[in-house]
Amino acid sequence: MAKSNKPIVWGPFAAGGTLTAFMTPVLVTLTLLAGLGHVPDVLAYERLHAFAAHWLGKAALIAVIFLSLWSVAHRLRITLYDLGVRADSGVAAVLYSAAGLASIAAAVFLSRL
Amino acid sequence: MAEKVTRRPYVREVPRVRWFLQHPRYVRYMTREVTCLFIGAYTLLMVAGLQRLSEGRASWETFLEMLRSPWSIAFHCFALGFSLYHTVTWFNLTPKALPVQVGESFVPDAVIAGAHYAAWALLSLVLLKLAGAY
Repeated sequence: MAKSNKPIVWGPFAAGGTLTAFMTPVLVTLTLLAGLGHVPDVLAYERLHAFAAHWLGKAALIAVIFLSLWSVAHRLRITLYDLGVRADSGVAAVLYSAAGLASIAAAVFLSRL
Repeated sequence: MAEKVTRRPYVREVPRVRWFLQHPRYVRYMTREVTCLFIGAYTLLMVAGLQRLSEGRASWETFLEMLRSPWSIAFHCFALGFSLYHTVTWFNLTPKALPVQVGESFVPDAVIAGAHYAAWALLSLVLLKLAGAY
């Protein structure tokens, strides 16, 4: 039977797509409010530091960041193919690696809190 | 073994890049796909924010200050619009991805999508409340 790595790629994509559908508008709203001068309580330094320093907060942030970036990488890969970029395996390697590296960077920053 | 091709099949010319402008449905498809650019950029902004947070209070304050720039506000407006479009298209697809069968019949699409919209609205209100946005 032919082996396929599609489920491994597709699982986090579906999870990330669902997560971003539920979460991203709220997250964008929070930083948009901060930009408009109405900083939500959670973005005050003490509150956010306390949230991100707790292991549960760390886990939530890493889950959101990794799954979001992975689903973005997957969708961007498909879109680039649609736009005529036929070097799919190269595109896939670059995009998935970038999603992984940015997630690792986030984990490193969280570990310093 | 090479056979001589005696016929010339009709091959429709399709523009390599701008094909999606040829039908409104393709434009909506491409709009849905490019939502990922905004969601991705926003997530990278979150990672940058975590870096500032890890560097201490002063660094975090400069991050909050940066959020107030006109570029940031404009980006957030686009990111909000595109992320909402992603949400709508994703929920409208859930009945296709997760059909629910009860007995002989399937739960209507509108019920499955509607349940997602309701849960999303509730979750958003709760999260905004917990975050102290209102």
